[in-house]
Amino acid sequence: MGMEIAGIREYSRITEIKGPLLIVEGVTNVAYDEIVEVELPTGEKRRGRVLDVARGVAVVQVFEGTTGITTTGTRVRFLGKPLEIPVSEDMLGRIFNGLGEPIDGGPKIIAEDERDVNGAPLNPAERSYPEDFIQTGVSAIDGMNTLVRGQKLPIFSGSGMPHNILAAQIARQATVRGEAEEFAVVFAAIGIKYDDYMFFKKFFEETGALNRVAMFVNLADEPAMVRLVTPRSALTLAEYLAYERDMHVLVILTDMTNYAEALREISAAREEVPGRQGYPGYLYSDLASIYERAGRVKGKKGSITQMPILTMPNDDITHPIPDLTGYITEGQIVLSRELHNKGIYPPINVLMSLSRLMKEGIGPGKTREDHAEVSNQLYAAYSRGVELRSLAAVVGEESLSQTDRKYLKFADLFERRFLSQGPRENRTIEQTLDIAWEILATLPEEELVNIKEETIKKYHPNYRSM
Amino acid sequence: MPVKGRIVRISGPLIIAENMQGAQMFEMVRVGEDRLIGEITRIRGDKAYIQVYESTTGLKPGEVVEGTGAPLSVELGPGLLGTIYDGVQRPLPLIAETIARDLPHRRMFIERGIDVPPLPRDKKWHFKPQAELGGKVEGGDVLGIVEETSLITHKIMVPPGVRGTLTWLAVEGDYTVDEVIAQVRTDGKTIDIRMAQRWPVRIPRPFKAKLDPTEPLITGTRIIDTLFPMARGGTGAVPGGFGTGKTVTLHSLAQWSSARVVVYIGCGERGNEMTEVLERFPKYKDPWTGKPLMERTILIANTSNMPVAAREASIYVGVTLAEYYRDMGYDVLLVADSTSRWAEALREIAGRLEEMPAEEGYPSYLASRLAEFYERAGRVEALGSPERMGSVTIVGAVSPPGGDFTEPVTSHTKRFIRVFWALDTKLAYSRHYPAINWLLSYSAYTDLVAEWWHKNVDKRWKEYRDEAMEILLREDELQEIVRLVGTESLDEKDKLVLETARLLKDGFLKQNAFDPIDAFTTPEKQFKLLKMILDFHRKAAQLVEHGATVAQIRDAVGRLYVEMVKAKFSIKNDELEKIEELRNRALKALESLEARLG
Ligand SMILES: Nc1ncnc2c1ncn2[C@@H]1O[C@H](COP(=O)(O)OP(=O)(O)OP(=O)(O)O)[C@@H](O)[C@H]1O
Ligand SMILES: Nc1ncnc2c1ncn2[C@@H]1O[C@H](COP(=O)(O)OP(=O)(O)OP(=O)(O)O)[C@@H](O)[C@H]1O
Ligand SMILES: [Mg+2]
Ligand SMILES: [Mg+2]
Repeated sequence: MGMEIAGIREYSRITEIKGPLLIVEGVTNVAYDEIVEVELPTGEKRRGRVLDVARGVAVVQVFEGTTGITTTGTRVRFLGKPLEIPVSEDMLGRIFNGLGEPIDGGPKIIAEDERDVNGAPLNPAERSYPEDFIQTGVSAIDGMNTLVRGQKLPIFSGSGMPHNILAAQIARQATVRGEAEEFAVVFAAIGIKYDDYMFFKKFFEETGALNRVAMFVNLADEPAMVRLVTPRSALTLAEYLAYERDMHVLVILTDMTNYAEALREISAAREEVPGRQGYPGYLYSDLASIYERAGRVKGKKGSITQMPILTMPNDDITHPIPDLTGYITEGQIVLSRELHNKGIYPPINVLMSLSRLMKEGIGPGKTREDHAEVSNQLYAAYSRGVELRSLAAVVGEESLSQTDRKYLKFADLFERRFLSQGPRENRTIEQTLDIAWEILATLPEEELVNIKEETIKKYHPNYRSM
Repeated sequence: MPVKGRIVRISGPLIIAENMQGAQMFEMVRVGEDRLIGEITRIRGDKAYIQVYESTTGLKPGEVVEGTGAPLSVELGPGLLGTIYDGVQRPLPLIAETIARDLPHRRMFIERGIDVPPLPRDKKWHFKPQAELGGKVEGGDVLGIVEETSLITHKIMVPPGVRGTLTWLAVEGDYTVDEVIAQVRTDGKTIDIRMAQRWPVRIPRPFKAKLDPTEPLITGTRIIDTLFPMARGGTGAVPGGFGTGKTVTLHSLAQWSSARVVVYIGCGERGNEMTEVLERFPKYKDPWTGKPLMERTILIANTSNMPVAAREASIYVGVTLAEYYRDMGYDVLLVADSTSRWAEALREIAGRLEEMPAEEGYPSYLASRLAEFYERAGRVEALGSPERMGSVTIVGAVSPPGGDFTEPVTSHTKRFIRVFWALDTKLAYSRHYPAINWLLSYSAYTDLVAEWWHKNVDKRWKEYRDEAMEILLREDELQEIVRLVGTESLDEKDKLVLETARLLKDGFLKQNAFDPIDAFTTPEKQFKLLKMILDFHRKAAQLVEHGATVAQIRDAVGRLYVEMVKAKFSIKNDELEKIEELRNRALKALESLEARLG
């Protein structure tokens, strides 16, 4: 039997418990996606949400898991609203769990408003196209895969690779030139290990950035279902800060692979037809509902720049998680184990990396007029060099032509001189482009077919020194 | 009396309602207190299964479902061009305005249950009658015209199926789309005709006859026009892994192609890609008329974060709008990015309906749905008089998981399209754009459009085109050998093939969609560039026959080689004589080498 007070309805007829799911019967007036509170006989309270509802029956997903829940004596309260978190500027500098509750022992958040964590889709007619160059100080990014404000650009990594260091370096160094204002950072730890979490926490502390960082933390040993909410809580705050408090927000989501695994788990429990490698067929749409919460909108000063991090299972970029992510995000920064093993930091595979919003963020007035051409030429020359490298491994360097050998050398120079830099080395875009010219100058001038004559005359070291 | 039932179950975008006897298949319904838009996709007993085009969060069993008595349809009439719609034809700017009225700080978000009309209601259009009072009229006959934009004259037509005597026709003047502009008397009944008309999206609009495509749809992209051409009224697919250039290709088609009207459907893709079109097209000029591109464009945006069921509908909404302009006698291009997201929406709905899945979870009717969609392309003789020809060209992007072309959507699509522009991850990684793989791509229209090229550009177009293709194919064979033994052991003839192939790739096939000169190449410039490269090759081949080495040839042309590669972006479309001159200089250089070698 149920009772109702102020839109809150309580029921206790649980007929089935299956993985993270409860089947509750005898319910009335339950809404799809409504939030519930589950009270165990011990008095412990957990939260959940309605996944499916038919007349009299609701399927409830319990975020903290169903361990210890009994079919008798457990009470399920339907709260009459979707999952909401408080939002407020005061949340910067604080640490929360995935559901947005403070876990840092600090004072209660005085909410300026409560917001549905699911958000609502941005109207494409109200967006404004991202085009403000963010200088990260990392040559491979600034020079060849430029990040702009309001972009969603993930890091595709593998276990044991320095994606955390790179993300931290970007968070520390990212600036928009000509603007003093720093990014506010919203950080979502999604099922990551304690030491990865501590790495970021320490990093924010050391850089004195803690007061402009809000962290939403769900660690590896914490309930998996909360992972489905953690990035949404983080983005709900980010949207508030960006669109109602005029802030430029950088959102770091790590690790999206753990998110997708939690989604697979719930899909399996619901006995849905599995898609590729057991992930649900709607993984694409589900990921999009997270990644698309980035951007700029008309008439608002703020923006949300997203940097999701994911580890590719077996370093396989065709695995559904990186694959579907790549289909949604505006490019990707791919880390390479081969470069990492060669001792190169940052080990960015520039050929597999891409920034789709680069073209609008670079050029005269933004970076430098030669930027696009130089970047194209670096790509052309480096990819040729890499191709010749594998050829040389078979047929020997001697059977390559003079020019081809120059390309081989170029590929090495590119990796050692241009790509490679220290985790605290912050290069300006001019430095990055100058290094590019320096290495391009080792190729015969008539090989620079991607660069216009005027540009060569103006920037090629052969002419500049004169 | 439209049916009225109640929700009994909600599962994501699918709801089930009971007490729905009398409901029609594909009838549009209103769901719940917010009156969300839905469509009936299955009927069993008194239960209707309904896909809902808006978020179902907060819906409850017991809420009312009301039939509308009509299938999901679009509104047709002046005011479509230049508009951006969601997947069920609601103008997105109007949605924002409606929300902003109550919740200004939520203006940028799409909330549910917003009811806005597709065409502006109070705007007056200047109508010029063109039919004869008292005459017999039938479906498709032009009653009058409206200058919808400076590019497009909108023909107000008798709706298909209506036939009778024209008893009244409005005089020239300004009318809203809701005002009656004509009356047709048939079997004692009088039918009012307005500028706004409706058509059900799942039913193709009728025409008199389907004709074979004959003319190319010029796109300005060299590898497309020259190697794998599209025809007006043709069908094509652009498959490729993420980041290979599908969207850039479709944007280029929408921007540069010689179509008169463009319908761009963003189906389950990025919001920013629609914003990009929306911001640029009003500023960019149609290369054929110099007018703002937006005046010929309709956008339909159901982005990846918008409700999944509307993705399924958006394709039909788009193609119905395209057919409508075709019926006026225009060449319409419809691009859909991406049909894979549409297929996935089908899969998701089918899964919730617990239908038996076929390959990879897709419903067994995936192939027939794809076939029906591409079948709506074609060049036709339109209904009614005056006589008009129009066409709908359809190009769909396909996003295969892992870039694997053997998956169901790509492989079924291949059965129903005639042009296949296969994008290649490897080419994209090395920034060879457009990353269209010339070994995997094809066009069934090459011979059909050759005639146009021969008449309008050059009689030897096909000959040069085929030669370029042969060189590229031969290069691929040679690369196999090179991978084993390196280049140095090839004979000079083969080395020349490698050299020319590289020139073709760098100087012709690669094309930067963002370079102001390179982005659009006229057919004449395309042919001149191709001819320059191949004439150079022919002459060089002669020299090689007579003992010259490729190294000597490279030396002899020196920097002219770079100039040939850069001609595509350093020489403008209207400076063709410069290409001719460059060609002559290159040939001269070879002749003097010939003279030196004796
Ligand atoms: N509903 C679905 N959504 C998304 N992908 C699916 C779905 N169902 C199947 N797949 C994908 O299609 C692949 C093959 O599907 P298919 O129906 O051919 O499986 P099968 O023939 O039963 O399996 P197998 O060949 O592995 O024995 C699956 O591995 C999965 O990647
Ligand atoms: N013709 C071209 N000229 C210059 N750059 C190009 C061209 N084609 C593609 N690119 C580059 O490749 C990037 C990715 O292209 P695009 O967004 O079209 O890929 P896509 O195939 O649509 O990917 P997804 O499936 O993820 O949507 C572009 O942002 C651009 O940088
Ligand atoms: Mg795309
Ligand atoms: Mg199988």
